[in-house]
Amino acid sequence: MSARYGMVIDLDRCTGCGACMIACASENNVPPAAPRATWRTGITPMLVHTLSNGKEGVDRREAFIPIACMQCEHETPCVSVCPQQAVELDKSTGIVMQMPQRCLGCRYCMTACPYHARYFNWWDPQWPPGMEHSLNPGVSVRMRGVVEKCNMCHARYHDALQKAAAAGKKKIDLADYVPACVEACPTGAIAFGNLADPNDPVTMAAKSPDAFRLLESIGTEPKIHYKTTQAWIRALADRNSGRPTEAQHV
Amino acid sequence: MSETALIDRRWIARDAERASTARFLLWLFPWVCLLLLGIYAAGLCFYYGLNQTNMDNRFAFGMWIFLDLSIIAMGAGAFFTGFLVYILKQTDLKPVLNTAVVVGLTCYSGAVAVLMVDVGQPLRAWFTFWYPNTHSMLTEVTFCISCYLLVLILEYIPVLVQNRQLRRVPSFLVFEHQAHKLVPVLAGVGAFLSFFHQGSLGGLYGVLRGRPFAYRQGFAIWPSTFFLFILSAIAVGPSFLMLVVAAAEKITGQTLVDFRVYRKLGFISGVLLAIYVAAKAIDTYVWLNVTSPRLGFGPWDYYSYWPFSSTFLFAATVPLGLLPAILFIVPRTARHRGLLLLAAALTCCGVLLNRFVMTVQTLALPTLPFDPFLKYIPSWQEVATFGGVLAYGVIVYSLSYRYLPMFEATKGEAKNVSLD
Repeated sequence: MSARYGMVIDLDRCTGCGACMIACASENNVPPAAPRATWRTGITPMLVHTLSNGKEGVDRREAFIPIACMQCEHETPCVSVCPQQAVELDKSTGIVMQMPQRCLGCRYCMTACPYHARYFNWWDPQWPPGMEHSLNPGVSVRMRGVVEKCNMCHARYHDALQKAAAAGKKKIDLADYVPACVEACPTGAIAFGNLADPNDPVTMAAKSPDAFRLLESIGTEPKIHYKTTQAWIRALADRNSGRPTEAQHV
Repeated sequence: MSETALIDRRWIARDAERASTARFLLWLFPWVCLLLLGIYAAGLCFYYGLNQTNMDNRFAFGMWIFLDLSIIAMGAGAFFTGFLVYILKQTDLKPVLNTAVVVGLTCYSGAVAVLMVDVGQPLRAWFTFWYPNTHSMLTEVTFCISCYLLVLILEYIPVLVQNRQLRRVPSFLVFEHQAHKLVPVLAGVGAFLSFFHQGSLGGLYGVLRGRPFAYRQGFAIWPSTFFLFILSAIAVGPSFLMLVVAAAEKITGQTLVDFRVYRKLGFISGVLLAIYVAAKAIDTYVWLNVTSPRLGFGPWDYYSYWPFSSTFLFAATVPLGLLPAILFIVPRTARHRGLLLLAAALTCCGVLLNRFVMTVQTLALPTLPFDPFLKYIPSWQEVATFGGVLAYGVIVYSLSYRYLPMFEATKGEAKNVSLD
């Protein structure tokens, strides 16, 4: 049976430190931001938003919500729109794959994504002298003019596959495949697992009463779940609860 | 007469009344400057990348897509007039056929040129033909627009070889004669391709489940916007054609077509526009009450952000939809040239607003509950690139008007020459 990799992010544990963002960029060879880049033109496959309940003083509440590609399972919005099959839903893992080598840079997939989790390379990738030695040899650098996104650290998945093959196994050991953001989170807020396995702790967490998914109403079956005990965050995440309040970006 | 003027005169049909060479060059000068500026701006985008624009990860499509969709709708006059003349035998529209071909050619080729600047890796454009995703509306658009551009070029060549100097080449005369036999076939093929790509352009946004402001249900694989874009394009095509011919008449000071042609184009535009407004009203009602609430979005998610209030919806439907349709159809108003042209201008503005709403407003509106409403102002490079396309259109039309038999009234010697 094929796997369905997904995450459960505990918002009550997230401190908004941004370690997941840094680890993601470092693992996936995301270049340092160009001098003119902003939060709207930079590349942040994992982006932490700040949420607030919109109140002031002692009533004010804030929380953090990391947003990455939601790996939509049903009618994946970016897959069907790509004119040259540069995006596909991997049937064996449930991961939405992006092929930068085939990408035209038309950005139709970015328009289609309701989570704004896709990023365009507006600039040539450049590293300060010496910093190129820190590049991850297992991940290709993307050129200017193509789209990229979170692929759940696919290089790590390949490493786990090779390890399993060397040991004569057909399946990977989940302990060998941990995305960089999960590994880097100091509070253990991000849990990664196989949602197709009913006994996986992540699957059980995803089914808990505190769990929810963003924009569930549009029916794309995202594989990133969130968890919180705070009612105001649940209310904010639910589109039908009323008008949106403000958000900032870490 | 200077040598330049003499050479220029030799390319103009004998007895045809045209402006002096100096005056013509003076007219072309600002447009050539604008074209050069556009080429420079596009060059910057090619060399430095799309960071020269003000688009970003959230506004992944910007002014270029909005205007591309608009000029492709305006250029619909080409295929629709060909369809009316050759397939439905409305031969009284023949006087504007050549203008329709030139307008269509410039609109489509200009849009394709801008699209080449708009993509991040233009050298990979052929990938769409090599690895086509048959589920993507953009694949349908790419295939149909490429093929239709070829059809337009084939339709333009018979007009081109009617030039006084080119007619002296016997093989061109034979080609023109043979090509005329092919034109009805080209008109049919062009109409088929155009119906599809005008629809696919509407489908581009209509299929976006993740953008409930644009998402629509429909028939089979096509969302309702597919059909609405076809309707609005064939309604605005004749209107834009009227405006181009009226502008040519104003600039040249000549009467180029009979007023009855204007009235017929206006009537066609009016009837189609009325059908479009009715269909659009039903579509909006179903979308606001059924489609959108099912996706968890209510009207306040769309119409509570300035300047995108419900005024836009009203403007696109009544003053820029219903009103011009009435002006076109009611005989009392359709008799007045001024009102007819006003209605044509309103129709064009209505389609511009519709394309703006579908492209820019869709991206400006938040989808995530904690998303901010975003603003986007195009950079000078974006504006200049499109200015270059506008200049290109004016230059091609001006050259075509001067050297080719665009209208019966200004044909000169060409009207007396026939192979038959």
